[in-house]
Amino acid sequence: MKVKVKLFATFREGRFGEELREYTAGTTVGDVLKELNLPLEEIGATLINHRHVEEDQPLQDGDNLSIFPLVGGG
Amino acid sequence: MQTMQEARTFLLKHAEGDLLPWRHHVFASTHFGLSMGQVERLALESGLLPARYQRNRKTISISQQLRIFNGSVAIVGCGGLGGYIIEQLARLGVGRLTAIDPDVFEEHNLNRQLYSTPAMLGRPKVEAAHHRVREINPAVTLDPIKCAFSKTNGFDILQGSDIVVDALDSIPVRLELAEVCNELNVPLVHGAIGGWYGQVATQFPGEQTLRKIYNRPSNAKGVEKGLGNPSFTPAVVASLEVAEVCKLLIGQGQPLSRRKLHINLLDMEIIELPY
Repeated sequence: MKVKVKLFATFREGRFGEELREYTAGTTVGDVLKELNLPLEEIGATLINHRHVEEDQPLQDGDNLSIFPLVGGG
Repeated sequence: MQTMQEARTFLLKHAEGDLLPWRHHVFASTHFGLSMGQVERLALESGLLPARYQRNRKTISISQQLRIFNGSVAIVGCGGLGGYIIEQLARLGVGRLTAIDPDVFEEHNLNRQLYSTPAMLGRPKVEAAHHRVREINPAVTLDPIKCAFSKTNGFDILQGSDIVVDALDSIPVRLELAEVCNELNVPLVHGAIGGWYGQVATQFPGEQTLRKIYNRPSNAKGVEKGLGNPSFTPAVVASLEVAEVCKLLIGQGQPLSRRKLHINLLDMEIIELPY
């Protein structure tokens, strides 16, 4: 299945901004994070089609997955 | 009472149109033994706009300027965000400010923190804010509180504030702040920065926006840890926070309730996320 993955802020460095990627059925958000080497403690938000989802959320064909890093400075 | 009446007559007599020039504002304060703030309130209540605000007027009416002056806003954190927020709130004319920060200025603050100068190294940040506000707008009172905000002291410190502004640099303390604001029924304007990136959101009483934004375990690591903060990111995010405060005070526009702006200054993108 095809999923559009969008990365934001620092997560783009050495990766990509937006890519249509191929995954096997049953792939979860957590699997994508692992595949892209995005550490959990740096994750701010994960959304599928503009709705917040957890790591165990399975992906569907045609989903838009957005991944944001945490921002906490002042 | 009679003094106030005389002062009002004086102000109305010396107004230029409906503007009160600075020199008459100062004279009224000394002559009638009133604070600059008391004169400002009297002027606004009499339908006069202190002339220093004349460029606000297509945006903010005289009655709205009075609401701003009657507002009490607490700024938690006086570093990168806090300095710019305090500066803009004082120029906007918010009558009462409370600034909370435990720190003194250090050399690594000089790249971005508005009130840091080589001469101020080693001096408390809230003291610098206090001096600066008196200098730029003597009608505004700033209460400097040199301590680290926590759930324990938070209730006392924020009691009486109409709006609280988050200018902290710690995720766990932000969560405590959000909790205290909810218990006090006060809206919290949240901002955070790191490198080229920032975010802004407003949590109204009863909402759990901050808890949703920072819902990961306590070892969470924001982008600022690796990137630090350049000079312009705090200025951008602070300005967005102040715009939120202004709207809440005058009751106009659409605040960032249940949504967060994600700001990317490297690629010049602003994206809205639902919360």
